[in-house]
Amino acid sequence: MLKSRVIPCLDVNDGRVVKGVKFQNLRDAGCPVELSFHYEEQGADELVLLDVTATRQERIAMLETVDKVRKRLSIPLTVGGGIKTIEDAERLLNAGADKVSINSAAVRNPDLIVDMAARFGAQCTVVAIDAKTTDGEFQVLTRSGTEAESLNAVEWAATAQRLGAGEILLTSFDRDGTRDGYDLPMLSAVTEACSLPVIASGGADSVAHMIEAFEHGAHAVLAASIFHDGNTTVMKVKQELDRLGVHVRI
Amino acid sequence: MIQIINTGVANIRSLQAAFDRLGQAWDLTEDANEIETASHVVLPGVGAFAAAAESLDRLSLREAVKQRLQDPSKSTLCICLGMQLLCDSSEEAESAVGLSVIPETIKRFDADVPVPQLGWNAVTPKEQSTAPYTAGEAYFANSFRLTATPPEGWGYAETEYGGTFVSSVWRGKTLACQFHPELSGEWGQGVLANWVAGNVIQEQQDA
Repeated sequence: MLKSRVIPCLDVNDGRVVKGVKFQNLRDAGCPVELSFHYEEQGADELVLLDVTATRQERIAMLETVDKVRKRLSIPLTVGGGIKTIEDAERLLNAGADKVSINSAAVRNPDLIVDMAARFGAQCTVVAIDAKTTDGEFQVLTRSGTEAESLNAVEWAATAQRLGAGEILLTSFDRDGTRDGYDLPMLSAVTEACSLPVIASGGADSVAHMIEAFEHGAHAVLAASIFHDGNTTVMKVKQELDRLGVHVRI
Repeated sequence: MIQIINTGVANIRSLQAAFDRLGQAWDLTEDANEIETASHVVLPGVGAFAAAAESLDRLSLREAVKQRLQDPSKSTLCICLGMQLLCDSSEEAESAVGLSVIPETIKRFDADVPVPQLGWNAVTPKEQSTAPYTAGEAYFANSFRLTATPPEGWGYAETEYGGTFVSSVWRGKTLACQFHPELSGEWGQGVLANWVAGNVIQEQQDA
């Protein structure tokens, strides 16, 4: 049967990982190439690289980062952040991404989902949805959470599926960085409305949080701080998940 | 030299990187003569069955690929959609014509599982004595798959997702994988290395 996935996420700015990283046995703790390989060795099922840069020049640096990571990585690599056009997506695929995640641009121009799926296939087209709870509704946010859209995350996930997306990366803005666990009501609502694989993101601080996410329909869990802080490893987390009955790749 | 058939697909970087890590030289080809004579040829996965079939016709490569696949002594690797192209047709595009090396139709996963299948799943060779790899876990990214076992002369592996499907077939030095060996970690690198070396992996006997 298909395994539940554990996916470390690296935020990358101008060729460097930008969240607090405290690995001791890495020569260059902030290097996305070293970290990516380190996570693969620990048993990561995939990796997500999120480009958090703002300028065009830095985006070119991101292509170099993707190329370098690809050379070493033998697990799937998803790249997201700032992708506006199908040409942006193609450049990342040519640099070595296996999947491309689109967010604000898909909200502005849903046809981008259609075009990407037609050109590269659904399996390559990830729609990232950032959302928060507003008056009991799950409201979509764009531009790194700075703009609230009049769009419901549950409906948007269903629309993205209809337009040809192959996977949903669902991030809870309310939970992101809080370590309070994934937003389970939002996750349930989205996984019930949409039959695509859904990656839960935002708020993970423990194996217990991950199990909750899988129980609420997630096919994969994304986490950053829990791994970056070096208090645990991907392998320890997966062994614990396995012991508690979650089917993971060990 | 490994010749990767250039069907115009964007994302074969991972495959190239995997061969690089194995220290194997590769090139892209659109040349029927090279497809006939190269020691190793790869038919990579592309997005859509119809587009892939069309691109083989557009490049006038259909016959060359088909002939090569008729010769099990030649090392040929078909990945993901490349494996589906071995068959007659696919539910994905009913008018498109496959290579008809395996007389079956590729079918969509049933509605009771999330489609596409994205992630890691177990691959179990059914006939280990001829298999080019041992059982392992592989990365899949597919909405369609082969459900019927291949004709006599072919070995195959099975995987469970909404029922059993055929996740790989092989005959001599021809290997087709629905999964992506280039994205399947160390085990996948081993599958590629064995294919490059032309190895059959006998299951280890307990002493």
